[in-house]
Amino acid sequence: MPSLGADMEAGTLVEWLVKPGDMVKRGDIVAVVETEKGAIDVEIFEAGKVDELLVAIGATVPVGTPLALVGGAKLEEAAKPAPEVSAKPAPAPAAKPELVPTPMPSGVRATPAARRLAKERGIDLSTLKGTGPGGVIESRDVPAGKPGERRGLDLDEMRKAIAAAMARSKREIPHYYLQHVVDLSAAEAWLNKFNGERDPPQRILMAALFVKASSLANRKYAEFNGFYEGAFKPSHAIHAGVAIAIRGGGLVSPAIHDTDTLSLSDLMTKMRDLVARARVGRLRSSELSDATFTVSSLGERGVDQLYGIIYPPQVAIIGFGAPSRRPSAVGDKIEVRNSVTITLSGDHRVSDGHRGALLLREIAELLQHPEAL
Amino acid sequence: MTKDELRAVILAEIENIAPEVDASSLDPKADIREALDFDSMDVMNLVIALHKKLRVDISDSDAIKLTTLGGAIDYLLKKLAE
Repeated sequence: MPSLGADMEAGTLVEWLVKPGDMVKRGDIVAVVETEKGAIDVEIFEAGKVDELLVAIGATVPVGTPLALVGGAKLEEAAKPAPEVSAKPAPAPAAKPELVPTPMPSGVRATPAARRLAKERGIDLSTLKGTGPGGVIESRDVPAGKPGERRGLDLDEMRKAIAAAMARSKREIPHYYLQHVVDLSAAEAWLNKFNGERDPPQRILMAALFVKASSLANRKYAEFNGFYEGAFKPSHAIHAGVAIAIRGGGLVSPAIHDTDTLSLSDLMTKMRDLVARARVGRLRSSELSDATFTVSSLGERGVDQLYGIIYPPQVAIIGFGAPSRRPSAVGDKIEVRNSVTITLSGDHRVSDGHRGALLLREIAELLQHPEAL
Repeated sequence: MTKDELRAVILAEIENIAPEVDASSLDPKADIREALDFDSMDVMNLVIALHKKLRVDISDSDAIKLTTLGGAIDYLLKKLAE
């Protein structure tokens, strides 16, 4: 059972995607685990043949419990029986989320998500009471269903996970905060030209430039990229956690791997995929556990600036407010320029304000040369 | 394609992007970003989906016209007629 967050203690296995005898390779999705952040696809990190599944569907087991035996892997310890927290009956695996809207039953007003959930869970919508506008049945009105069922996003559970992680962060991490205003004229001009020459699927959002510039800056200032677990452990790899708001409340910050080496186009593709999956609760285990720092971008509808709370055991979160046109001193003149306020929340156990300032200035400098990102 | 058919296509794509929202009662004049809590990524995904579904070219500078249902219908009807 992988650890999928700083405060995760146990997870419930809801679906096996392999069976004994199947061959697997690194990165294959082998199981689905229900956590406070939704149903997570669990990847395997060893190649070989699946010898035995050790945890039954519906069982809740502590983090670190071996889920399966894979031939060729060093898993002698895994042969021990799994210490179940609560064994539950094993129903048939639930269907995967259906994105195509289904027809609305006559006389019942429900959101598409609620209809989908109710269908998955075998619940008659007419038996539910809606709490949405005008009595519309929303997804939160649909009961969670039977043990072992794949639930997708549960915003109440997600709120508990956020509360635990953020409270821990504020208890343990001595944050310091910096901000820096950055001119986006060059980035905007480059982006307009780039996107103007391409069809919609190939276009890029400013957020991709923010993630790439932040990742490259972390190469130079390594004390913002890694984990604090008794002592700072820098990470050689740079995996940006991208904060994604869930409509209706909730937040996840799954990782995109190797963001310092991805092209902007590849990064944009991965961001689009990640946002879509995060919002229906279909993330992968490595995405929830691998982020080495976090980028939070509020987008065009956000406020001018944000001061993030570090997601432990990470040691930094870089925030981007809403880009906006503001008066700016250019030489001896005042000009209206598109600009953004970048912020850094840093862990004072690991870094100091001076180095943080250099990191923000590096990001600003990188954004002046978008063609090189 | 009629106006009603186009409206149904757009609403279906919105619900594909955000299955948890109810787009059926969307005000044609309302900004989708405000009414449905769509961010720039959602708007981009909507533009991509409509580009693929209707096979129309939607320039980057025109994408802003798709931020209301009514604006999207008017714009796409013109593009389909070209």
